[in-house]
Amino acid sequence: MSDQNGEIKKMMIILSKATLENVYAAFVLANGARMEGIEAEMFFTFFGLEAIHKKKLEHLHIATVGNPAMHMPTLLGGLPGMESLATTMMKKEMEKIDMPEVHEFLDILKASGVKLWACKLAMDMFHYKKEDMYDDVDGVITVGDFYKQGSGTGTHMLFI
Amino acid sequence: MEKALAGTILHVNEEGFMTDLSQWNEEIGKALAAESNIILTPRHWEVIHYLQDQYRKEIPLSIRKIGKSGVVDIKEFYALFPNAPLKTSAKIAGIPKPASCI
Repeated sequence: MSDQNGEIKKMMIILSKATLENVYAAFVLANGARMEGIEAEMFFTFFGLEAIHKKKLEHLHIATVGNPAMHMPTLLGGLPGMESLATTMMKKEMEKIDMPEVHEFLDILKASGVKLWACKLAMDMFHYKKEDMYDDVDGVITVGDFYKQGSGTGTHMLFI
Repeated sequence: MEKALAGTILHVNEEGFMTDLSQWNEEIGKALAAESNIILTPRHWEVIHYLQDQYRKEIPLSIRKIGKSGVVDIKEFYALFPNAPLKTSAKIAGIPKPASCI
């Protein structure tokens, strides 16, 4: 820490969830790092893989159940169509603040130099193939490979 | 705060961003770019003039808007202004630091 004053050089962001609020949090953190001149790499594992799955990434939802910030009774949040409704409302608000859709956000991340890695173990578990995923995914790697990517001083890891 | 650059006393904030665009000229732009180790090419100038134009129109800047500007795409933007492109280019253009997360 002392030789580089605790400066953040690289953010390694692990996304394990597919709820829209978590996906966006991870994307904003990765993009925000690049905007500050900090390197960023993302590791998509378990349900987080849906954020880079071609057929699924446009259909991610926010969670209306088990999410106290929705201020909605759990039973109501579980009604059919409630997640879609909440998601549509949130997407409208996000467009107003210039937040891109998931696919466009991935394009921005790639153009900004963020590396996107799919977790091999989770890919095997869900029977996903590389061609099922967003075209510009950098590769399917193990957790060990991901740690190796993060070696060096000033690297921080974040689990979402 | 004040800062002497390219023969002018500039009004700047504590982060070195100019606070009065009317003081800006191309010589100052070049000197500010040199501080970030950037030599300005015609492509840089196109981006800088676009940023100033957006600022005069009071349109907030973001990486996404830059990408859709038709002036430069995001990849080239990062190549032209490595290390924090939006901040660096705004500083060279003499406009305030964009308060954008996207």
